[in-house]
Amino acid sequence: MTLSTLWFIIIGLLFSIFLFLEGFDFGVGMSTRFLAKDEQERAALMSTIGPHWDGNETWLVTAGGAMFASLPLWYATLFSGYYILFLLVLVGLILRGVSFEFHKHAETRTGKNLWMWAFFAGSIIPPFFLCMILLSMVQGVPINANGDAFPKFFDVVNLLSVVGGVAGVLLSLVHGLNFIRLRIEGPLRERARKLNQILYPILFLGEVVFAVLVFLQTDFFTKRFVSSFLITALIVLFSLLGYYGVLKDREGWSFVGSGLSLSMVIVLLFNGLFPRVMIATNPAHSILIKNAANSQYTLTIMTIVACILVPIVAIYFIWSYSLFTKRINPRENAVKY
Amino acid sequence: MLTLGLSIVSLARFQFAMTTVFHFFFVPFSIGMGFLVAIMETIYAVKKDKVYLDMAKFWGKIFLLSFAVGIVTGIIQEFQFGMNWSEYSRFMGDVFGAPLAIEALLAFFIESVFIGIWMFTWDRFRPGVHAFMIWMTSIGTMLSAIWILAANSFMQHPTGFKINNVTHRIQLTDFGAVVRNPQLWKVFPHVILAAFMTAAVVIAGMSAWGLLRKKKDENHFFKTSLRFGLWASLIFALLSAGAGDLQTQQIIKDQPMKFAATEGIYEDTKDPAPWTIVELIDAKDHKASGKIEVPGVLSILAYHKLSGSVKGMNSINKELHAKYDKKFGKDMNYFVPPKTLFWSFRVMTGIDALVMLIALVGLIFSRKKKDTIENHKWMLVVLGIAIWLPFIGNSAGWFITEFGRYPWIVYGLFTIAQAVSPTSTVASLLFSNIVYFLLFTLLGGVMVWYCRQTLHHGPYYEEVDSKQNVDPFAREAFGK
Repeated sequence: MTLSTLWFIIIGLLFSIFLFLEGFDFGVGMSTRFLAKDEQERAALMSTIGPHWDGNETWLVTAGGAMFASLPLWYATLFSGYYILFLLVLVGLILRGVSFEFHKHAETRTGKNLWMWAFFAGSIIPPFFLCMILLSMVQGVPINANGDAFPKFFDVVNLLSVVGGVAGVLLSLVHGLNFIRLRIEGPLRERARKLNQILYPILFLGEVVFAVLVFLQTDFFTKRFVSSFLITALIVLFSLLGYYGVLKDREGWSFVGSGLSLSMVIVLLFNGLFPRVMIATNPAHSILIKNAANSQYTLTIMTIVACILVPIVAIYFIWSYSLFTKRINPRENAVKY
Repeated sequence: MLTLGLSIVSLARFQFAMTTVFHFFFVPFSIGMGFLVAIMETIYAVKKDKVYLDMAKFWGKIFLLSFAVGIVTGIIQEFQFGMNWSEYSRFMGDVFGAPLAIEALLAFFIESVFIGIWMFTWDRFRPGVHAFMIWMTSIGTMLSAIWILAANSFMQHPTGFKINNVTHRIQLTDFGAVVRNPQLWKVFPHVILAAFMTAAVVIAGMSAWGLLRKKKDENHFFKTSLRFGLWASLIFALLSAGAGDLQTQQIIKDQPMKFAATEGIYEDTKDPAPWTIVELIDAKDHKASGKIEVPGVLSILAYHKLSGSVKGMNSINKELHAKYDKKFGKDMNYFVPPKTLFWSFRVMTGIDALVMLIALVGLIFSRKKKDTIENHKWMLVVLGIAIWLPFIGNSAGWFITEFGRYPWIVYGLFTIAQAVSPTSTVASLLFSNIVYFLLFTLLGGVMVWYCRQTLHHGPYYEEVDSKQNVDPFAREAFGK
């Protein structure tokens, strides 16, 4: 395996970890409207991810940085090609990022409401548009010889990309509810489980539609039938595991299941892309990993740096989670937000 | 197509300037606040003087506010290189991506994880252990500054690379040279010390407003904070000026045009070189008039010697044409915007000097033996208004650095015009400019508002608040 392929895998891994972690952050943010009944409960939900959301988002920043550092031609084409959608993702992330602090400081009812809504909007916009970008990209877009992508409106907004966006939002919501079941006690926790009992069947339906559309709209199943099929099956299987955890009231299984479903979506897309990073409508202009990659020297340095730093990050990252395991009760031991 | 007479390059430049300047209001402020709060908490851990705990908590709130806005405006920067400057990303990917990725892995994770722990564990750890969390956050913010400045220093003064013959893109040949770039180790101390000064001035200024409220129970708190802020302002204003002087020496060597413009010199100077305090600049005809000069001083500033002349922009322009015409053609304009640089430099250094002066006077008025600062209301008001100075100074410094590189995005190698995304349209850029402008107005306004509100509540607000929350039917509610 070449270093550039290794970095393609690392970027995929970083995005998977990002979706696993920030996925439940997004879900918790959405659940403030679907699950909480009053301001106190909303604040309790917000506080479950208070210490973690910034660290989780750093995986996205790292994934973007890794893309720039190893496959810059991919980074350049993707981010400039989907300009407006990335702008919307940014607006979402900005609103969400400030909402934690601003909500804490707001004193009027209007102020609290405003930042709670910003939190909600900022939790629903980024997963929707990120998934939309990814699923538009894998269908192939017009790319010129210089490597500039010029996706037309229907290259960006089509059945698969919209279904993908909705699926990403739904999976995040389900994942967030499973996380809430881990971190909250009392009636709110039980309501999260009940809501997931309703959401999982819808999710399965969505996953089937998604799989069919991927089959029809991309070349994943013609190019790599076995692996694409297996990974799609894994997405569904992990969702089933999550559903099992919902029915048996085992939130640990649910959380792992929904998180891995989200990660597997990235695995499916990266597996189908390989060895390309951008698919052009004119296959001659598709961008390949080997053409998008940095020099051997730079990739070697980056590999060494990643081998040293990633394990260290993993250790203190996991340790930081181990500090906050006490369940939160919205009526009692809450709440900083 | 809709263009409204606007050019893609200028819109992209405007957006980059707007997003980085807004981001750079909060970056130095957060770096400095984190550092000063860490010091406060450490003093508390060592001396067990409760006022320092109150200080760490109160100024910690301001720190968290600025940190939040700093992060979200930072994400824009990472995406923006790809979104608006895709040709730059292609050209520079081999060099630029690595520091950015290392910044994320090394610095962003430390700061984001440890700040999360710090804000939620006041009651869980011993003071020393809890102070460790804010120190880690602070170290994270400083490491992040090193790596982003490493990337920027390469753009100012490329080292350790070659141009690939096939792709015509930059190829890294010596990572050590990028990290050892002399620009980096001159600019980093200047930026970091100015960051400390920024936070110190804000702490002193907000404490001054606090003292003006004349609440007895807060007097000790704000007095201690004021003296802390004033001492830090004075020390770091002095040090950042010193670091800036060292950086100047480097700029004269690497980017003579930038230096000549900050001093407004068109023709080579006499020997020894006089320093121009103010002058009228005619950027069109490349002339300056109405100079007020101090003889000999520029030689000292530029070379730390009593003699030596300084090259003017006109002769540097000729040299640059001789050097680069083969590659970039004869039509290039190598004059950087002289008025922007000349006045930015005077604003930056003037503010630094002003901060030193104000801090010194404030310290004299508030000295322990004869503490009369409350009697000098005007002094407190001056300190309160001075809060804004370092932000203007930081932006001015940033202007010099970035405008002074014109017409290049990577010095001597790649022009700004070459770097912009070919996919950009006037419509999309106009849209994003408007979105960012509205968003920043909102964030900036809310941020200032909540800082003001935090100050209005004072340091003991939460304790009062929890007393009010006593169950009305409990015994305590009926007093003693």
